[in-house]
Amino acid sequence: MKKVNVYITWKQGVLDPQGKAIQESLHSLGYQEILGARVGKYIELEVEEGPDIEGRVKEMCERLLANPVIEDYEIATSEEVRL
Amino acid sequence: MKFAVVVFPASNCDRDMYHAVKDVLQEEADLVWYQNSNLENYDGILLPGGFSYGDYLRPGAVASTSDIMQQIKTHAEKGKPVLGVCNGFQVLTEARLLPGALLRNKNLAFMCHQEPLVVANAATKFTSGYEQGEIVRFPIAHGEGNYYCDDETLEELKANQQIVFTYQNNPNGSAGDIAGIINKEGNVLGMMPHPERAMEALIGSDDGLRLFRSMVENWRETYAANA
Repeated sequence: MKKVNVYITWKQGVLDPQGKAIQESLHSLGYQEILGARVGKYIELEVEEGPDIEGRVKEMCERLLANPVIEDYEIATSEEVRL
Repeated sequence: MKFAVVVFPASNCDRDMYHAVKDVLQEEADLVWYQNSNLENYDGILLPGGFSYGDYLRPGAVASTSDIMQQIKTHAEKGKPVLGVCNGFQVLTEARLLPGALLRNKNLAFMCHQEPLVVANAATKFTSGYEQGEIVRFPIAHGEGNYYCDDETLEELKANQQIVFTYQNNPNGSAGDIAGIINKEGNVLGMMPHPERAMEALIGSDDGLRLFRSMVENWRETYAANA
C-alpha cells in the first residue's frame, strides 16, 4: 500500500474569507507580521499498489477532490507503507 | 406537468419544493430518492436546498458524483427543464452543468432573510412571467452562496444573457451580483435564493409562484400536442 497526500489550496485570485478572519484574529493577538492567511485542505489517501498511482490520483483530484474552477492541488506520494 | 424533487441524504428543502409544486401550483410531483430511481417519466427535475452529504468536501460535491446525476444530465441534454435551488445550484455547478462555483459568503455569516432580486433576463423558460428588470423578493438561506467564476466566464455569461437573477444589494460577495444563472441552452437554471419559499403572500412573498408557472406554461407550449 502507498500513502498519497493531496494538498488543496485556493487558486490565486479566489478570495478566502476564512483566511482573512484568521489573519485578523492573529493581528488582534498581536502578530502584526501576518500579511496573509489562506486555509486549504489536506487529504491522506491509502492506495493499493498498482500501475500509475499518481496519474489516477491526479484524475481523482480533477473529478472530485478539488474543484479546478476554484482550487489547485498538489500530490505527494510517500514511500511504501506497511499496515 | 410532472416534477421530480430529487432527495439526497441531508436535503432539507425537498418538502418546501414538493409543497410549492403539489399544493400551490397544483401540478404533479414526487419526492424521488437519489438511489434506485428512474427519472425517465418526469418532465421537470427540481434539485432542492439543504446540505447534501453534510456539505462534506465542498457543498454539492459528493451529490454531484451520485448515479442519479447521470440521469439528470441525460434529462438536461434532451432540453427538459432542471431547476437547482441553493444546494441544488451548488450541485449543478459541481456537476459542471453550470459554470462557476459557490464560495463561502464574504462576511462568513450564514444569512437567512428576504432579499430583493432583479430579474436580469425575463426571456427564459423560467422567467417569462416576469418583467425584465422587475424587482422580486425571495428568501435566501445560505452560508456558501458567494458565486465565483473567472473574468472570462463572467463576460461569457453576460454576453449570452445567462445571468437570470442578480442581487439588488449583493449580500454575499457574488461576482457580478449574480444570484442565478442559466446554461447556454436555456433549460438548466441554478439560483441561491428560494423561489419555492415565496409561493404564498401570507408567509412573506408570492413572487416565486411566477417562476414555477413560467416553467409549466413554457412546457405546455412546447409539448402542447401531448398535453
